[in-house]
Amino acid sequence: MKAFAFAAGVVLATGAVAETPQLTVYTYDSFVPDWGPGPQVEAAFEETCGCDLNLVAVGDGASLLARLRLEGERSDADVVLGLDTNLIQSARETGLFAPHDVDAEFDLPVAWDDPVFVPFDWGYFAFVKDAGLEAPGNFRALGDSDLKIVIQDPRSSTPGLGLLMWVKAAYGDEAPEIWEGLADNIVTVTKGWSEAYGLFLDGEADMVLSYTTSPAYHLIAEEDDSKAAVPFDEGHYMQVEVAAKLAGSDQPELADAFLRFMVTDAFQSIIPTTNWMYPAVMPEGGLPEGFETLIAPERALLLPSEEVPALREEALDEWQRALSQ
Amino acid sequence: MAARAQPVARVWPGIGAAAVVAALILGTLAAVALRAEAGRGLSPSDWAALRFTVMQAALSAVFSVVLAVPVARALARRAFAGRQAFITLLGAPFILPVIVAVLGLLAVFGRRGVLNAGLEALGMPAVQIYGLFGVVLAHVFLNLPLAVRLILQGWQTIPAERFRLAASLDFGPGDMWRVLERPMLLRMVPGAAAVIFAICLSSFAVVLTLGGGPRATTVELAIYHAFRFDFDLGRAALLSCLQIAVAGAAALIALRLSGQGGFGAGMGRPVRRWDARGAGFRAMDAAFIGAAALFLIVPLAMVLRDGIEGLGQMPADVWRAAGYSIGVALVSTVLMLSLALPMAVASARWQGLEAAGLMGIAASPLVMGTGLFIIVYPFADPGAWALAVTALVNAVMSLPFALRVLAPAARDCIADYGRLSASLGLRGRHWLRLVLLPRLRRPLGFAAGLAAALSMGDLGVIALFSDPERATLPLQMYRLMGSYRTEAASGAGLLLLALTLAVFWGFDKAGRYGADD
Repeated sequence: MKAFAFAAGVVLATGAVAETPQLTVYTYDSFVPDWGPGPQVEAAFEETCGCDLNLVAVGDGASLLARLRLEGERSDADVVLGLDTNLIQSARETGLFAPHDVDAEFDLPVAWDDPVFVPFDWGYFAFVKDAGLEAPGNFRALGDSDLKIVIQDPRSSTPGLGLLMWVKAAYGDEAPEIWEGLADNIVTVTKGWSEAYGLFLDGEADMVLSYTTSPAYHLIAEEDDSKAAVPFDEGHYMQVEVAAKLAGSDQPELADAFLRFMVTDAFQSIIPTTNWMYPAVMPEGGLPEGFETLIAPERALLLPSEEVPALREEALDEWQRALSQ
Repeated sequence: MAARAQPVARVWPGIGAAAVVAALILGTLAAVALRAEAGRGLSPSDWAALRFTVMQAALSAVFSVVLAVPVARALARRAFAGRQAFITLLGAPFILPVIVAVLGLLAVFGRRGVLNAGLEALGMPAVQIYGLFGVVLAHVFLNLPLAVRLILQGWQTIPAERFRLAASLDFGPGDMWRVLERPMLLRMVPGAAAVIFAICLSSFAVVLTLGGGPRATTVELAIYHAFRFDFDLGRAALLSCLQIAVAGAAALIALRLSGQGGFGAGMGRPVRRWDARGAGFRAMDAAFIGAAALFLIVPLAMVLRDGIEGLGQMPADVWRAAGYSIGVALVSTVLMLSLALPMAVASARWQGLEAAGLMGIAASPLVMGTGLFIIVYPFADPGAWALAVTALVNAVMSLPFALRVLAPAARDCIADYGRLSASLGLRGRHWLRLVLLPRLRRPLGFAAGLAAALSMGDLGVIALFSDPERATLPLQMYRLMGSYRTEAASGAGLLLLALTLAVFWGFDKAGRYGADD
C-alpha cells in the first residue's frame, strides 16, 4: 500500500513538472555562475512567465554557435543569448534562427534594426592600463612607443577577433602597416580574455585589450580606482551582444516573451554590475554609480555584420603575416 | 632471461581494452569527419603549424629527458630527509591546470618575475621568456617531473642483488654506467621521451601564451580555429589525424629503440647502494637535486603565495565543484586501471598495444569531445552525460602514462616469474592476486595517482558538454578568471593544486605502503 502511495506520488510529481513549460536558453559560460547575471535573470523571469527557465552554459560566444550548428534543427535550445556582432553573419547563414517581435528603443551608439538578433548589452573594446601610466592616444602612437601590450588570439578568442576588426575598421588597407608597428609592442598573444587579463594584472604587460567598462569592475566591486581605459582618437570598435530565437523552438511564445523581457528594466538593470557591459536599453535608474568615471569614446566603430566573414579572412592573413616576421 | 612470455595470463582482455580505446579515439574522429560539410582542406599555414608543433615537441621531449637522467640518478642513489615528500611534490607541475602553471612560471621568469627583479638589482640585463625558449622552458617545467619519475622507476627495476654484486665486484661509476645504468636507460628513455613528445604535440595554451604570438601556432590551435570560427569539421578531423599519426610514428620509433630484456628477478628487497660515495659525487647529486627542486618548487610557491589570499574569497560554488572533481577523478582512475592492467599484461606478448595507448594523448581533446557529442546527442542530453564523458576521456588520456609505468613492470614480472608460476599451475585470477599485483603495487599506485591527478586538473571536453548544475573545479576556476575575480581564481587554483597533490600522494603512498623505500 505504501509502495503504491509512493508510486502515485512520483507520478503526480512528475505530472506537475511536465505542466510547467520549460524554456531552454543557451548562453556563454560567464553568464551563469552565482556572480554572473544568470541567477538574477532566472529569478526575475520566472516570477512572471509561469515557466521554468533553464540556462545552459556553453564555452564562449564562438563555442555557442559551434554547438548550435552541431545540434542543428533538433536542438533543445529555444533561445540563444551571447553571440556577438562578429558572429552574427555566420549565425544568420545557418538558417537556424527566427525573426523576433521585440519593439524597443535601443540605447546603442549605432542604429539597430536587425529582424533576427536582439541586443542585450554592448561595450567598447579598449586597452586598459594602470591609471598613472602615460598612454598613447591611437594605434600609430602605440606602435611608436615602447609600451608592452598583451592581446588575445583572433583564432581562439572573440575579443581577439574584435581587435582585428577594430584595426581593419579604423585603417582599412593600411591595417598591415599598423600591425607591423605593433609587432614589437606585443609581449604575447593568449588563448582567451582571461589569460590576457591575468597576465596584465600580474604585471607582464603595460596594457591589455579589454573593454572601456573594465575599470568599473575594479572601482565598484573592489573599490580600486587604479585601472583606466585608454581613449583612442580613431574611435573604438564596439561589441554588441545579442540573443535570438531558434526557429526549431517548441516554446516559440515563451521564447518571444523572454526576448521582450530581455529589453525591460528587470533584465537590463542586472547587466552593468554582473556582466560589466552597458545595457542595450537604459534602465530607468540609469547606470550604477562609478560608470560615470569611464571614458566615453568620441567615435563608435562597427563593421556591418554581413561584411565580417570576408574581412575576417583577409584581416587574419594580414595579422599573421605582420606578426610572424 | 625468458625469451618469451609464458601463458600465465590471457591476452584477450588486453586486446579487448586496446580495441575499446582505439574505437573511442578513431570512432570519435570518424564521427567528426562524417558530420563534416565540404571544407577547404589543409592550407600552407597548417603545414607551418605542423612543423612548429613537431619542433617544439621534440625539443621539449629531449630537454625534459636529458635533464631528468641526472636528477633521477641522484634520487636513486641518495637517501635524505624529505626525499619521499620531494618525489611526491615532483608530480605537481605535471598535473597543474595549464594556466596556473603558466602564471606560476611567469611569477618567476616573467617581466616582473623574481628572476628579473634579481637581475635588475645586480645591474644585469633582463631575461626575455617569450618565444621558443619560453615554450620549451614551460614544457620542461611541466614534464621534467614526469620524466624523472619514469626514469627513477627504471632504476627501481634493477634488483637489489645487482647492486650487492656490483659492490662486491668493486664496480666504479664507469662500470656501473656500462653494466647497469646504460642498458636500463636505453630501455626507459625512448618511451619516456615519446610520451612527453606526444603530450607537447597537443599543447596549445602554453605554446601560444609563452610563444609570444602567431609564430608559435600549433596544430591544436589550428583545430580550434577550424572548429570554432569556420565550423570546418573536416579540416579539424584531418588535423587531428595528422597529430595522431605523428605521435604514432614517435611511439613506434621509441618501441624500436627501447628493445627488450630486463634485469631478471630479484628477491624484491630494499636497495642499498655502495657506489658513488666520494664527496665529488655527493656534491654533484646534491647540485642536481637542488637545481631541480629550485626550478620546480619556486613557481609552485608562487601559486601558493597568490592563492592563499584568494581562498577566503571563493564563492561556495567552488567547494561544490571540488566535490564533483574528486568524484570524476576517482571514477576516471578506476576506468583507467581496468583498461591499463589487461593491456599491460597483454603487452608482454604484443608490445604494439602500448602504441595504441599512446594515441590517447595525441588525439585532440576538442575533436574527441566533439565526436563524443555527435555520438551521444541523438540519444541523450549531453549535459546529463558531462561528468561521465569527462571521466571516460580523462581515463583514455591518462592511459599512456599508466602503460608507460605498468607495461615494463608487467613484462618483467611475466618474464621473471612466468615459468615458475606456470610450473606451479598458478594462472588467471590466482596468478593475478598472488604474483602480479604484489609486484605491480608500486607502479599501480603511481599510475593511479597520475590518472586521478590528471583528471582533476583537466578542463578537456567538459566545456562543450556543459552540465548546468555541476561544474568541475578547473571550469569553475576559469569562470572566476573570466569575470575579473582573479584573486578568487588564484584561491581556486591553490585548492586545485592541494587536492590534486592529495589524491596523487594518496594513491602513490598506497602503492608503497609497507614497502621500504
